Amino acid sequence: MAKMTLEELRKLREAQKSEISKRETAGKEITIIVGMGTCGIAAGAKTTFDTLIKAVEAQGLSDKVVIKQTGCMGLCYVEPTVEVIVPGMPQTIYGKVDSATAEEIVKKHLVEHTLIEGHIYDRPAIDIVKK
Amino acid sequence: MHYTICDVVLDLVHNSIEADATLVELSLIEEDDTLIVIIKDNGKGMSKETLERVKDPFYTNGEKHKARKVGLGIPFLVQLAGQVQGTWNIESSQGIGTTVSFSLPKQHIDLPPVGDIPSCLLSAFCFSEHADIVVHRFRDGTQIYSVKRSELADAVGDLSDVQALLLAKQYLESLET
Repeated sequence: MAKMTLEELRKLREAQKSEISKRETAGKEITIIVGMGTCGIAAGAKTTFDTLIKAVEAQGLSDKVVIKQTGCMGLCYVEPTVEVIVPGMPQTIYGKVDSATAEEIVKKHLVEHTLIEGHIYDRPAIDIVKK
Repeated sequence: MHYTICDVVLDLVHNSIEADATLVELSLIEEDDTLIVIIKDNGKGMSKETLERVKDPFYTNGEKHKARKVGLGIPFLVQLAGQVQGTWNIESSQGIGTTVSFSLPKQHIDLPPVGDIPSCLLSAFCFSEHADIVVHRFRDGTQIYSVKRSELADAVGDLSDVQALLLAKQYLESLET
């Protein structure tokens, strides 16, 4: 692979944007948030993040989904964690999200609107020290 | 313990971002027998007392990070450097910033894999839009590329957009060749 320049990258992006009629992030309704704290990184959250990007693209959902990162969600024991927000469905945190589960989330939760059993966890209390 | 050196780097870059840095400079220097990483930020810095305590994996004030409750990045680095007979250093001044650097022998049998550098950089770039990150990559005494988050985001757009992320990854992978 030859080194790409920023100008080439910009042109590729512009070509892509005209293909998809300049769809903007603001109009996107589905949000996926990957926990990328120390615990998440140690458990393989980077791979989960990469898999989610590819899976969303493969399912043709790029124009509907925003993928973000956050720090620790307080569920270090079940990292990597992924929060999924889909209109009309409960806001859900999935734990132990390896590549296979990440693909399952995109296919089942985003496309089929079905929750994935065995991976759903509650958000813990956020306070550690009371001031 | 992190599985790859990239994971350690990502964790330390996150530390800089969460210390309110607006600029993080990351240098990845690969020499014949050594891997050197320098992470310099203009964040809030640390007092001498805090600087001494960050090496302790059991130290926390419960508000160490805005988003991350557990700060094990530096203890992991200390452990890694000790494990492979590498060196590490942290310099910090309150209100000025922090510089973390480490050097690891490439041939040490216990050295973890370097990991996927483009993936690591993409993750670092996506963590926050409030900090600009500049990466300088050197190999055998030559700078093979330099990439800046703001310029990349300017080229591909919002780094939470899936297609922008895929293009950015493709670009970063091309730089590594």
